[in-house]
Amino acid sequence: MSPKTLYDKIWDAHLAHEAEDGTCLLYIDRHLVHEVTSPQAFEGLRMAGRTVRAPDKTIAVPDHNVPTTPGREDPANMTEDSAIQVAALDKNAKEFGIHYYPVSDIRQGIVHIVGPEQGWTLPGMTVVCGDSHTATHGAFGALAHGIGTSEVEHVLATQTLIQKKSKNMKVEITGSLRPGVTAKDITLSVIGATGTAGGTGYVIEYCGQAIRELSMEGRMTVCNMAIEGGARAGLIAPDEKTFDYVKGRPHAPKGAQWEAALNWWKTLYSDDDAEWDMVVTLKGEDIAPVVTWGTSPEDVLPITAKVPAPEDFEGGKVTAASRSLDYMGLKPGTPLNEIAIDTVFIGSCTNGRIEDLRAAAAILKGKKIKDGLRAMVVPGSGLVRAQAEEEGLADIFKEAGFEWRLAGCSMCLAMNPDQLQPGERCAATSNRNFEGRQGKGGRTHLMSPQMAAAAAITGHLTDVREVM
Amino acid sequence: MDKFTTLTGIAAPLPLINVDTDMIIPKQFLKTIKRSGLGVNLFDEMRYNDNGSENETFVLNKDAYREAEILVAGDNFGCGSSREHAPWAIKDFGIRCVIAPSFADIFYNNCFKNGILPIALPQEQVDLLMTEAEKGANARITVDLQEQAITTSDGQVMSFDVDAFKKHCLLNGLDDIGLTMENVASIDRFESEAAQSRPWV
Ligand code: SF4
Repeated sequence: MSPKTLYDKIWDAHLAHEAEDGTCLLYIDRHLVHEVTSPQAFEGLRMAGRTVRAPDKTIAVPDHNVPTTPGREDPANMTEDSAIQVAALDKNAKEFGIHYYPVSDIRQGIVHIVGPEQGWTLPGMTVVCGDSHTATHGAFGALAHGIGTSEVEHVLATQTLIQKKSKNMKVEITGSLRPGVTAKDITLSVIGATGTAGGTGYVIEYCGQAIRELSMEGRMTVCNMAIEGGARAGLIAPDEKTFDYVKGRPHAPKGAQWEAALNWWKTLYSDDDAEWDMVVTLKGEDIAPVVTWGTSPEDVLPITAKVPAPEDFEGGKVTAASRSLDYMGLKPGTPLNEIAIDTVFIGSCTNGRIEDLRAAAAILKGKKIKDGLRAMVVPGSGLVRAQAEEEGLADIFKEAGFEWRLAGCSMCLAMNPDQLQPGERCAATSNRNFEGRQGKGGRTHLMSPQMAAAAAITGHLTDVREVM
Repeated sequence: MDKFTTLTGIAAPLPLINVDTDMIIPKQFLKTIKRSGLGVNLFDEMRYNDNGSENETFVLNKDAYREAEILVAGDNFGCGSSREHAPWAIKDFGIRCVIAPSFADIFYNNCFKNGILPIALPQEQVDLLMTEAEKGANARITVDLQEQAITTSDGQVMSFDVDAFKKHCLLNGLDDIGLTMENVASIDRFESEAAQSRPWV
């Protein structure tokens, strides 16, 4: 048998139909649904008189629009248009008989945190969601990617997706990370090296010692941002850490099925002599704590660097950089660690898991945030929140001066009341620093939870290694 | 779905790289449960001033480009969120074809589901079309999907690639779900085999 990559193996195991021209129908094992990209899809089904083919494999949760303050079960506490979308999801979930975690359920949270937490996401699966950060689930060795609303409708109706196979890219991180360097720094550094379009047309498999040494939470952070590198999906081969994480979760297999699943999962790795269309290698030791300075995730530099000048770039990037600097209100040559911030946001599907909160709390313990700063922690799910309370992390955050919120997407995208004001500058653990992403005119610097916590203490972008 | 066969129209130049879907349609307009009506908010933050008036310097606010049906843009167009609201807004404005050196994957796919033709061309050819587009309303560009050819107002012709299946669907306005349903027997077969081999799914 010819050698295969992990992607090849998962692909082959899900090919339901292949037409003569190479167009394939890929069978979908898990379809995650949220309130913003699904109403038109359900409406489409209704209008065509179609049903959901596999309601048991379809899981819905509202996350983007919901406020993260108490009392949100009452629609009166949401803006009218948000309430309409959430109500539409309530209704669609009930009418089509799919699994649902409403706002009032402690298991509610960001869809990409809820899926793995509940054991819906398992190695070797195909997972889709009308959301680009579906790439997160690739941390389990699942082929997971974002789709548009028409495709959401297609998957609801047929449990398949029309696909052409992507190319294989290997991103290897050798050696170990240095202290203060995290999964977030890996994923941002990879995008810095390849550019936001570097992964277009590829599925990336992340491998190497530094990846193996990451926890499942860290691996999810890495895969989450595969999309920011342009890739269709990111993958990490499952191993003992994966199996330990999955075991015992509500929807993970049990008993004899667990053994059968485990046997198959253990075959899910890229063969030694598999062929790659592209290989990128970074040394773990070379990766520094990084921050973004511009309005594209590829605008990333070590915290020890200075704000670049447009002339430092070539081609279309020259105009883009000058536009970015203008929007970000930054002068070339300014040391990055002197940039003062107004707001700190810890949360999102990139860094809203328990380990992220632990890492930030470790930096904040016994400290206070800088006077005048607004800082919030938004756990990725109700269960993450409960666990953080149990571990005493919530108290650390609150004593430091952070707001302790309910689960949701929150300030990652400002579709809910958590938003930046024009000109406000935010140290954020989310994944996108686009113009207006966190609120019109808002300025976003992406970084790890540790770095965001350090910035909260000093009031400016800060090298976490100095406060550790 | 609307068919796309040939189109002769005004091309608007947008010489920016990494135009993301937040720029195309900011999140505050995603709270609709409909597909239509998003055209007025296409490129909202670039297109309107804070007081709601039009920003005169933005290309689609210039008289020459108000009726543009083609958009010529920089590398990595449509990156970022998977929101199909981006192609819905583009289509609702009246643009049926976007030309750029490269596109983000999900956006590219979403276009075809909505009767929009995205065309990726080498940078030099996009540069040439950008110059053409800058001439304004007099320089109409013709896009012929069947022939896979773009013709400029002065008769220069360039060819482009498109996936055969996507082309077929777009030319005939075919609905993906309907097409897939023709293979429902394969899906049934796959599903029952998978229930045996991977019963935990
Ligand atoms: S947390 Fe942010 S990136 Fe993640 S699903 Fe929510 S809005 Fe999207």
